[in-house]
This record gives sequence, C-alpha cells and structure tokens, in this order.
Amino acid sequence: MNANLSALLYLVAGVLFILSLRGLSSPATSRRGNLLGMIGMAIAVATTLANHPPADGLAWLLVIVGIAIGAAIGAVIARRVPMTSMPELVAAFHSLVGMAAVLVAAGAFYAPEAFDIGTPGNIHTQSLVEMSLGVAIGALTFTGSVIAFLKLSARMSGAPIILPARHLINIALAVALVACIIGLVVTGSAVFFWLNVILALALGVLMIIPIGGADMPVVISMLNSYSGWAAAGIGFTLGNSALIITGALVGSSGAILSYIMCHAMNRSFISVILGGFGGETAAAGGGTGEQKPAKLGSADDAAFIMKNASKVIIVPGYGMAVAQAQHALREMADILKKEGVEVKYAIHPVAGRMPGHMNVLLAEANVPYDEVFELEDINSEFAQADIAFVIGANDVTNPAAEEDKTSPIYGMPVLQVWKAGTVMFIKRSLASGYAGIDNPLFYRDNTMMLLGDAKKVTENIVKAM
Amino acid sequence: MEHVAQVVDPFIFRLSIFVLAVFVGYFVVWSVTPALHTPLMSVTNAISSVIVVGALLAGGVANVSSGSGWARGFGFVALVFACINIFGGFLVTQRMLAMYKKKAK
Repeated sequence: MNANLSALLYLVAGVLFILSLRGLSSPATSRRGNLLGMIGMAIAVATTLANHPPADGLAWLLVIVGIAIGAAIGAVIARRVPMTSMPELVAAFHSLVGMAAVLVAAGAFYAPEAFDIGTPGNIHTQSLVEMSLGVAIGALTFTGSVIAFLKLSARMSGAPIILPARHLINIALAVALVACIIGLVVTGSAVFFWLNVILALALGVLMIIPIGGADMPVVISMLNSYSGWAAAGIGFTLGNSALIITGALVGSSGAILSYIMCHAMNRSFISVILGGFGGETAAAGGGTGEQKPAKLGSADDAAFIMKNASKVIIVPGYGMAVAQAQHALREMADILKKEGVEVKYAIHPVAGRMPGHMNVLLAEANVPYDEVFELEDINSEFAQADIAFVIGANDVTNPAAEEDKTSPIYGMPVLQVWKAGTVMFIKRSLASGYAGIDNPLFYRDNTMMLLGDAKKVTENIVKAM
Repeated sequence: MEHVAQVVDPFIFRLSIFVLAVFVGYFVVWSVTPALHTPLMSVTNAISSVIVVGALLAGGVANVSSGSGWARGFGFVALVFACINIFGGFLVTQRMLAMYKKKAK
C-alpha cells in the first residue's frame, strides 16, 4: 500500500476517534460515537496489516493468535464485570496501555528497521528521545495503575503509605530517570533503556502509594491522562498520526477529568500528588460523634413522610452501591412517582469512586438519565424540596464544608441537603465518612437518621409504602 | 526563494498534529456531559490502545537476528495487552451506554 494512502487512512482513524468522544456529549448520540470509535480502530489495524504485513507465516500466526487471545479475554471481562467494579477495571486497563507502550518501545529498540527509525545500535537520536519519553511515562503508568487497581479493589489498604523522606526519594529517582534518558539518547545502549524502564516502574509505585483512598478519583483520571501521553510518545516514534491524535485526546481528557475531580473536592492537584490525605484525620473524627443526640427514625416513619411529600430529592453515594441498594431505591422512587411525588436524583461529582460512576450505577438500575442532575444544576432546588433522601453519601452533604472554616473539607462544593424540609440519612452508623470527618448534619432537628444496611432499610420503606 | 528546497523536518508536522489534537481534545472533552464521564474513561482506554499498530509492527518483523526475535516477543505480548483493552474497552462502554435510558412515556 502507498505510504501516503496509509497516512491518510490513519488520519481518518484519528478523526473517527475524535467523533467517538464527541458523541459522548449526550446519551442519545453516545452509542453511535462508540461505533465510530470501533470503525476507527478497525481501519487503523487493517491499514497497518496491509502496509506492513507480518513477514512470514509464523509472524502471521503470532498476530492472529495474539489478537484472538486479547479479544477473548477482553470480551469476557467486558461482559462479566459488575458496574460497581468499573474503577478498578479502568485502572487495570490503564496499566495495560502503559505496559503495551513499554513493550512496543522495546520492540522498536530491538528491531528499529521495522519502524524506519534506524538500524540496531544506531537509532536516530530524535527517535530515541521520543521513545525514552514514551517508555518512561508508560512504565510509570503501568505500576501506578497497578497500585491504584489494588487500592480500588481493596486488595491493598486505601490508607496512604508514607515513606520517610519520600519526597527526597522521588526527586532522586526523577533525577536518575532524566540522567538515564540522556544516557540512552547519547549512547543508544540497551542498559540505559532497561534502567530507564526500571526507574520509571519504581517511580510509579512510589508516586501512588502515599495517595489515600479518598483521592482515588483524581488518581485514576491522572493515570488516564498519562496513558494518553505515553501513547502519543510512541506515536511520535512511529510517525503515526492516529496514535499521536489519540494520545493527545486521551491525555487532555484525563487532565480535564483530574481537574474536575480536584475542583469537586476543593483540593489542589499538587496536594493530591503529594499525598497523605485521608489518613490522619480519620483518627481525629471518630470519637466525638457518639455523645451527641441524633434523632432516629423507622422505615415506617420515613415511608409515611415521603408519601405525603410533594418533592423528594434522592442523594446517592458510594455506600448505596456497596449495599447494592440501587434497585430497591428505584422501586421506592417508582412508588413515590405513582403517588404523585416529584422525584429527582442529585449527584456530586465525587459520589462514586471515579468520575461519573454514580450515573452508571443509577442507569444500571433503570433510573432514567433525565431524572438525574449534577450538583450545580440541582443545588438551588433543595430549598423547595420537602425531603432530601441521603443514601450512602456523607461527606458530600457535610455543611461543615460551607460553615466551619477549621474543617479539613472547608470550601469543597457540597449538596445543600440541609435546606430541604426534612433530611433522611440512611447510614450504617453515626461514624464519620470516607474522608474521616464528622458530619454535624446528623444531629440537627430536621434530620432523621435511618440506621442500618442501605438495601434493607430501603426495602423496608418500600414494604411500608 | 522557490529555488531553495526548504525541507521541514517531519517531526514538526507530527508536533503540529499533536498540538492541534490537544486543543481538539480540550474542547471535545469539556462538552462531554458529566453523566458520561465513566464511559468517557473506558472509551479513551479503548482508543489509546491504537498503540496496537506498534505491536503489529514489532510482532510481524522479519526474523533475521536475535534482536528481531526479541522484538517479536515484545510485540506479541503488547498485541495481547492492547487487544484486551480494545475489545474490553469498547464492549464495556457499549454495555454501559446501553443502560442510559430516557423517561418512559
């Protein structure tokens, strides 16, 4: 195939990827967008196979077997994964992109002639620079994502792990990494290539372990961004516009999501990266809660009050997802709607464990997406609502964020549930939330606490109705 | 002037594509509705696996030296990883997007 034609086809693939993201501007166009993305990928793969076909029968076999294995594993995972586990799945996928970038660069390093970047031991300097950047970011993405995966899937404690002098260690590693990149570019030696990989792998681990569980939505978005930059780096080495465009798209997408998540938690990106949040405060918040009186209610009370309300706003949090209460919740909302009660859902950007997670969980429970509203769109409506029904959420409703200047979450945008006539809280106990901060809302006059498992309490309310 | 052949390094072309794509990405991603941020992450995962083109090059290299043997090995593993991501990413996105429904009636 003509080189110009294949370059044009890669460009078409890149444009299709842009359109696939563009489709996500509304649920109505999103499915077509996803399809365009798949077509773009098929074009990119077909163009590569047509332009640089595998050299012999064995190579063809390797390629076909590799695709088949990957496709089978990917398809099974995509079908089986529960929606609550999306954050760890995405983290695992990021690690694969990172590792693939490292391996492709290694392939290019050992067989540069296949990539038109020189001959073994004599690779163009410019290609070495691009390659080493891609490798470093890819390796860092790989181990960082593995740690994020372990933390998100609770295979590893979400508590920050603080090493002594960790900033010094990280800076030393980063300096050594830069030195190795320079060494690789100057000498072209394999030793520097692998040192580069090892140092970046270590840096990835050390960067993510001090970051606490509450900051995981930022971390996962950040790693999304890194995986994009790694792909772009390799795209430069290959001179492939589809890869460069995609890398740039994914890189900026992850960066924007990190920004949105940081903003939603009122944390600066730097302080998230430096880590340590969510560990020390947990000890401070625990003891004080138990003495103050909180008004406890029963499922029957809640059912009676809600049936007589005219407007109910439901505020779901991650606790709802953990208890698998979303289906019971939707049943409750259906009954209320039949009774003529207006029901809306209010979602805080960090309600789940990753951006948009709660919307997916509600969609899975057949909640129509036009009943679900974002923080800035619904906050003004709490004052007109009779009931704010908070299920499995805590920190995102904490009035201390607006009122108490000494609170660690002061300044974070929160859902103003306390402005509603009555606030109902479904919670396991009066303990503090994920960020380890006491919520003064539990002890207010217009708050009714419904203690227990979110799913059981909701089911009891449904029965009582 | 036109007698002097001014050759621009292909790197500059690539850099131009890259910079423009960053801006395109910036505007396109801001217009994504927050309700679809999770599918956004899974689909960006899938498309960033277009790195598979590199894996195909490395995996299909002519077996002439020990270096190319290594390249085939690395390419094969990268190919498997990228394909897990491509199929897993697009299919899980499709599964999620199918769940978003409007109010009945």
